[in-house]
Amino acid sequence: MDALLQQVFAGLATGGIYASVALALVMIYQATHHLNFAQGEMAMFSTYLAWSMINAGFGYWAAFFLTVSLSFVLGVVIERVIIRPVENAPVLSVVVVFIGLLVILNSVTGWIYTYTIKTFPSPFPTAPLFGNKFVSSHQIGAIGITLVVLLLLFSFFRFTPLGLAMRAAAQNPVSAKLVGIRVGWMLALGWGLAAAIGSIAGMMVAPIVFLDPNMMGGILLYAFAAALVGGVDSPGGAVFGGFLVGVLENVLGAFVIGNELKLAVALVLIIGVLVVKPSGFFGKVNVSRV
Amino acid sequence: MSRNKLIFLVVLVLVACALPFLVSNYRVFQFTLVLVYAIALLGLNLLTGYNGQISLGHGAFYAIGAYTAAILMDKFGFPYWATLPIAGAVCLVVGFLFGLPALRLEGIYLALATFALGVSMPQLLKYHHLEKWTGGVQGIVITKPDAPFGLPLNPDQWLYFFTLVVMLLMFLFAWNLLRGRIGRALIAIRDHHVAAEAMGVNTSIYKSLTFGVSALYTGIAGALGAIAVQFVAPDSFNIFLSIVFLVGIVIGGLASIPGAIYGAIFIQFIPNIADELSKAAPWAIFGIFMIGFVYAMPFGINGAIRMLLARFGRKAQTGGPGSTITESSLKTKEASQ
Amino acid sequence: MKHVLAPIAALLALALASPLALAQKKYDPGATDKEIKVGNINPYSGPASAYGTIGKTIGAYLKKVNDDGGVNGRKINYISLDDGYSPPKTVEMARKLVEQDEVLLLFQPLGTPPNSAIHKYMNSKKVPQLFVATGATKWNDPKNFPWTMGWQPNYQDEATIYAQHILKTKPNAKIAVLYQNDDYGKDYLKGFKDGLGAKVSMIVKEVSYEVADPTVDSQMVQLQSSGADVFFNITTPKFAAQAIRKAFDSGWKPVHYLNNVSASIGSVLTPAGLDKSVGLISTQYLKDPTDKAWEKDKDVIDWTAFMKKYYPGGDLTDASNFYGWVVGQTLVQVLKQAGDNLTRENVMKQAASLKDFSPAGMLPGIKINTSATDFAPIQSVRLIQFDGKQWNGFSEVMGQ
Repeated sequence: MDALLQQVFAGLATGGIYASVALALVMIYQATHHLNFAQGEMAMFSTYLAWSMINAGFGYWAAFFLTVSLSFVLGVVIERVIIRPVENAPVLSVVVVFIGLLVILNSVTGWIYTYTIKTFPSPFPTAPLFGNKFVSSHQIGAIGITLVVLLLLFSFFRFTPLGLAMRAAAQNPVSAKLVGIRVGWMLALGWGLAAAIGSIAGMMVAPIVFLDPNMMGGILLYAFAAALVGGVDSPGGAVFGGFLVGVLENVLGAFVIGNELKLAVALVLIIGVLVVKPSGFFGKVNVSRV
Repeated sequence: MSRNKLIFLVVLVLVACALPFLVSNYRVFQFTLVLVYAIALLGLNLLTGYNGQISLGHGAFYAIGAYTAAILMDKFGFPYWATLPIAGAVCLVVGFLFGLPALRLEGIYLALATFALGVSMPQLLKYHHLEKWTGGVQGIVITKPDAPFGLPLNPDQWLYFFTLVVMLLMFLFAWNLLRGRIGRALIAIRDHHVAAEAMGVNTSIYKSLTFGVSALYTGIAGALGAIAVQFVAPDSFNIFLSIVFLVGIVIGGLASIPGAIYGAIFIQFIPNIADELSKAAPWAIFGIFMIGFVYAMPFGINGAIRMLLARFGRKAQTGGPGSTITESSLKTKEASQ
Repeated sequence: MKHVLAPIAALLALALASPLALAQKKYDPGATDKEIKVGNINPYSGPASAYGTIGKTIGAYLKKVNDDGGVNGRKINYISLDDGYSPPKTVEMARKLVEQDEVLLLFQPLGTPPNSAIHKYMNSKKVPQLFVATGATKWNDPKNFPWTMGWQPNYQDEATIYAQHILKTKPNAKIAVLYQNDDYGKDYLKGFKDGLGAKVSMIVKEVSYEVADPTVDSQMVQLQSSGADVFFNITTPKFAAQAIRKAFDSGWKPVHYLNNVSASIGSVLTPAGLDKSVGLISTQYLKDPTDKAWEKDKDVIDWTAFMKKYYPGGDLTDASNFYGWVVGQTLVQVLKQAGDNLTRENVMKQAASLKDFSPAGMLPGIKINTSATDFAPIQSVRLIQFDGKQWNGFSEVMGQ
């Protein structure tokens, strides 16, 4: 029982990682109706920026907020400069641009910062909370921050005119334009927000997995799965999906099928869920018009 | 097929036949790989370009084909040529079966499912219960075939011609398939599956069969690739292979048969050029090439060539279905999710 | 090279090389009066790009050798290509180097799968596949593959040493093993089991992880709950650091054996936390330039100066950069010994006649020895233990 509990907690901790990246994916999907494959690498690059700032003597929170703002700007710039020219190209062409962005960021980061792993500080105390032996304070703190981001995001989309405008721009660009929404800037804003959320995810992930250029490589697939199983248009679903994937994977690996195939089996289960519930657990059911 | 086009094709095939006598063996080997990738890309293009089902995991079928060939040759002493139909058949079945649940998935959901397949495949190949067949992490080494019937060709040249013939047959078959009813049905499903169904197209059967046939193509390519490289190992088939395939069909030109060849040339040679330009960050250069190609030719190399030809006043070709590329026809369901 | 042993080594080298040096100049493709073409394949892109730095260090070192006058008056023309750790690409690159660039030899291609892919090809072409950068055992097979030679101590031997140490010091141990699910991890595991021999049942739990896994936390929990009191950690740097930290944080206090692959203070133990690394046992054959024990060592100072001048972008905490420097010296030694007889056959012959060669950077007492029947250059290591500040050797040099 103790072992199971331990695995569940370890799963929740890694699930928090998936959840935070999944949130960024959902964010960009909400705003642009694309899934950005370079999201993980953008987050990784942002984390390196934060690392540079901390090394240059900035305090943690100063570096944190500076990185979040800088990432927002970078996200907007990437949309305006790199994505804009292919706005009207076929979807798969845009996917190729994402892939190009992914390899460029990965390669350039390795070139600038080398591939040796770096420690990234945590803002949370080192002693485990309440002396528990299951999860570190950082992991709990990271989950907390993810939930805060989720809340902010939810309120933003739900209660602010800007959030509504962004959703409108993504869902129906033509009509949105007609009612006076500047669709182009909404997309850029979406990219900026996604990049900012990604940078928070990166800074929360890095203390756990160590910072290196391939940090996000393995995480992206899990985050992708988490986002879809929760419902790609539902930020809450993405967080739920993240925890689900984390726990599922650990429990399967430890008790059911062994570590060798845990990824494969976890994915089969997730796809199974999607076959039965194509919009995920919390997604809106899609009705197509003939 | 117009007369001009036929002449052009014949010239092209003649050039392809002359090639191995004009360049070094190492280049012949590279061109063999181009042919192999062209078959694989055509397979993926059938699925993604013509039928609108995205796959981020076609490297998995390539791997299954490669391992089928390697295991048959290594463990059962099959001659290399006999492994191709078997590799194709295995992939046809696996692809069809995978295509059944995939029927319920569209756009990004299908992307996830296939992505998962691509990521899981190397782990399956390493799985210890399969080790006695797959050689586990060590992989399988196979022998390169010599030219038969005392032909005055070295093994590289022979394999090139062998691959060329297979490729031509596969391309011919695809062309034949796509220009008729089946091709029209595939495209109708891609562009509007509800409407297609309303017109009496059995979308389920078509979609899963397309998955199977697409896997067959890629699997045969995998088998040829294994024979050319003489080695298979899980590391040869990581997720990046699948992603590069997707890049290949987009840059070559979606829903076009020659696009597969352009794409194959891109994925074979651009990484080498990137490596030559920068040791520090070769992938960055590769990425810049990808983005640059998409900027310059949003409809792929084939689309750009077609536009050029049209601009120079020659009558735009009227090949099989799918040759009229419009923006809307290329938007897969991903957009409308 | 500037050791006490250097004169002896030089003398030996001279004695070996002199009959050939007197003979006429003999060249195979890739060698002329002016230059020697050396090929190399490294993963500058792709999943193993962290190791690409080895190829860059070698390039920097050979540039230094050229700046200092080259080898026997010849400049080394180093052609290094990227294979992205993908075996089919390795084949293509090897063929380019051999058939198009016509290198004299292929030096330090990296990784077991890429090297396996070109093993047969290199041997059928009779081009040296020299000092491959992998610790698999199969490279020491001069009878069947006379053109291929390894360099570093092989994984299986190293694991056997740990096994024997456990048998000697803790015969009733319950052992847990974490290993990377690939050729490298499985090689270590095999050597470890072979070393335990009849007592292989001492292993109470073995679990694997994939390179793509974000963390090994789940695996560590499994291992800990097995009740093991000895832990053999077969992981690459990132995962090693995670495992060390997790073992400490979860209050598991096993006797912790860490494979040499990750025994770097700078790039593994420091990120994991030096306080959390106290008591780790590993093996060494090279000095660790990030270890305070070697801070004032001449080799390490030389290496640091070399890095600053020739590879300023290189990370001084990365053990791979030190490795590249030492293996580069071994190549230069072989080429020196070959003298003016720069045929591929003679390169292999000289590579197989290294006698007590000790390049700068090797641990004192560890020497490179090869012969026509022994294609395993480094076969000895020293057991070390970490005390919170530095590695301390606590055994004699082990192995042959």
